[in-house]
Amino acid sequence: MDQEVINSYIPLFKDAFLLTVKIGWLGIALAFLLGIVCAFILYFKIPVAKTVVRCYVELFRNTPLLVQLFFIYYGLPAVGISISAEVCGVVGLGLLGGSYMTESIRSGLEAIPVIQTESALSLGMTNGQLFKNVILPQAFTISVPGIVANVIFLLKETSVFSAISLMDLMFTAKDLIGLYYNTMESLFLLVIFYVIMLLPVSLAGTFIEKKVRFKMFGD
Amino acid sequence: MEPVLKIEHLNKKFDDFTVLEDINLSIAKGEVVVIVGSSGCGKSTLLRCINGLEDINDGRVLLDGETVNPGSRNLTKSREKIGMVFQSYDLFPHKTILENAILAPMKVQKRSRKEAVEEAMQLLDRVGLASRKDSYPRQLSGGQKQRVAIVRALMMNPEVLLFDEVTAALDPEMVREVLDVILDLAKQKRTMLIVTHEMSFAKAIADRILFLDGGRIIEDSDPKEFFTSPKTERAERFLRTFEYEK
Amino acid sequence: MGFEVIFKGKNFIRLLSGLGVALRISVISVAISIALGIVIGMLMTLKKPVINAVTRVYLEIVRIMPQMVLLFIVFFGFTKMTGSNLSAELSSIIVFSFWGTAEMADLVRGCMISIPVIQYESSKALGLTRLQTYIYVIIPQIVRRLIPLSINLITRMIKTTSLIMMIGIVEVLKVAQQIIEANRKSAPKAAFGVFAAVFLLYFLACWPISCLSKYLEKKWEN
Repeated sequence: MDQEVINSYIPLFKDAFLLTVKIGWLGIALAFLLGIVCAFILYFKIPVAKTVVRCYVELFRNTPLLVQLFFIYYGLPAVGISISAEVCGVVGLGLLGGSYMTESIRSGLEAIPVIQTESALSLGMTNGQLFKNVILPQAFTISVPGIVANVIFLLKETSVFSAISLMDLMFTAKDLIGLYYNTMESLFLLVIFYVIMLLPVSLAGTFIEKKVRFKMFGD
Repeated sequence: MEPVLKIEHLNKKFDDFTVLEDINLSIAKGEVVVIVGSSGCGKSTLLRCINGLEDINDGRVLLDGETVNPGSRNLTKSREKIGMVFQSYDLFPHKTILENAILAPMKVQKRSRKEAVEEAMQLLDRVGLASRKDSYPRQLSGGQKQRVAIVRALMMNPEVLLFDEVTAALDPEMVREVLDVILDLAKQKRTMLIVTHEMSFAKAIADRILFLDGGRIIEDSDPKEFFTSPKTERAERFLRTFEYEK
Repeated sequence: MGFEVIFKGKNFIRLLSGLGVALRISVISVAISIALGIVIGMLMTLKKPVINAVTRVYLEIVRIMPQMVLLFIVFFGFTKMTGSNLSAELSSIIVFSFWGTAEMADLVRGCMISIPVIQYESSKALGLTRLQTYIYVIIPQIVRRLIPLSINLITRMIKTTSLIMMIGIVEVLKVAQQIIEANRKSAPKAAFGVFAAVFLLYFLACWPISCLSKYLEKKWEN
């Protein structure tokens, strides 16, 4: 590998990295919000809305992000709905992630035993107090491992953004390989930047899971 | 004397199956009533109907002359006055022992933290668990958890306490420590309705024994009388299941 | 809306055969993953320090490296390093098996350590030999837990194979692009209809398998 080539490529990869991280985390934020709203709709069994949410979750959990992005970015403009590549990346990742987050949060909510509800009610709590003080904190703890796994999964999924011509890490690597044949240097930087993006999240995820469990249940 | 708790013509069905049939009951202030009967006779359901965890099909439940069930608009207000302890340890696993005790007083009764903590510490001390106040439920034994659950119910200053087979899931050596706490409450003249399988405990604590069978109260008697000479043949058969012969 | 293009000429057949390419690669990769995953998963429960260290690094690589990156490394890197050409299809099978094996191994390990010790002890107390314990008691329990999870791996594999278009394999998305390109003048709205059809095709390929996995998981819960 040529050190000079690597040095000259670093700024290009850095820009691509920042773009990938930006779109990735915006998408994850959207996914989280969407997941909370949809999980609540399922948990409280809100009529009509719950059917819509179920269809959405099944549809997006059972299709690849690449296909979703193609449909949004290339398909929708044909019927007059055009959005920029960046927005498409955020929306696509948000919709995919939202379906995964919904499942993680919902299963946390549904894992709380009925007896917890009953004992809170028999202490005179209202439904609101019960939800806020008893259900939500426990459900959140149970959901954390799933949410962490989803975040890592979604950050990895950012690697398909180049398909909608976003100048992300993959795009940059492929471009440089195609243009200058410096394959090894490009692949090396690609791996390094993905490690920088994901290793801290992976380690922090493990740490948070332990911390939350200890704080919530004392073990 | 005006009864604290009154049940009139209560009927309860699960689908087509009648669980409770025409239950009538008055409990005076300070009275300790023990409900016995074989499993599936409707004892637990009766307790759950009293604080409105189960809807009822007919009749009504009154606390201090006010309707609790059915459809009270102040159900949460009434539930404050009816404490309940369940068979399974139902402490909030994400709260420490002290937090378990003060959560409802602070959130429901809007009492100050300081005052709630003071009372909780007194009660925890009384059941011998003051030193465990910062532990989590998971770190406690079953018997200890049940004692905390009783403290948690007492914190609301309920007028009536319901105990639903609170020792049924405990190891034998832990049954005693929980029952001692309940005996202590009886000495303080608390009004209690207790479902249990511990017959010697029932004999010791009860002012009145109710025998339920097939969803009906078929005996309502003095404990001495019930255990020595039950009026019905069914009660006699039930009591015999607790004796061993070789 | 551009749906008419889908059924024009051989277009629909072409789309299906594109999906067929993706499915074929999935099936081969899943088969390899399950076989290797079971072996590696069992090795991981042996608690040998060297094996543990190696498998942990392996699993962490798979956990944080996007399959797309792995695909680039194998497809472009191998050619560069050896000078010989590795076909795109073989590259993708190697990468997806590398990924799937790690996933499968982790599932196998998880299932194996979730069998309570009491199951081994009570088998021993009944006088079963070690082999009999495995055949009659342990393996049936593991298999029941493992089957729904492995089926789930299939849907994830199918979704992942959509990546192969990025290294130039002609699969369903690529075919879709070709169809849209060919009909650009006659059906300007084709992009919507054709990509919607691809969306639906993937869904129809994955959804029944997801349902089966969920159904089996529920059925064998206890």
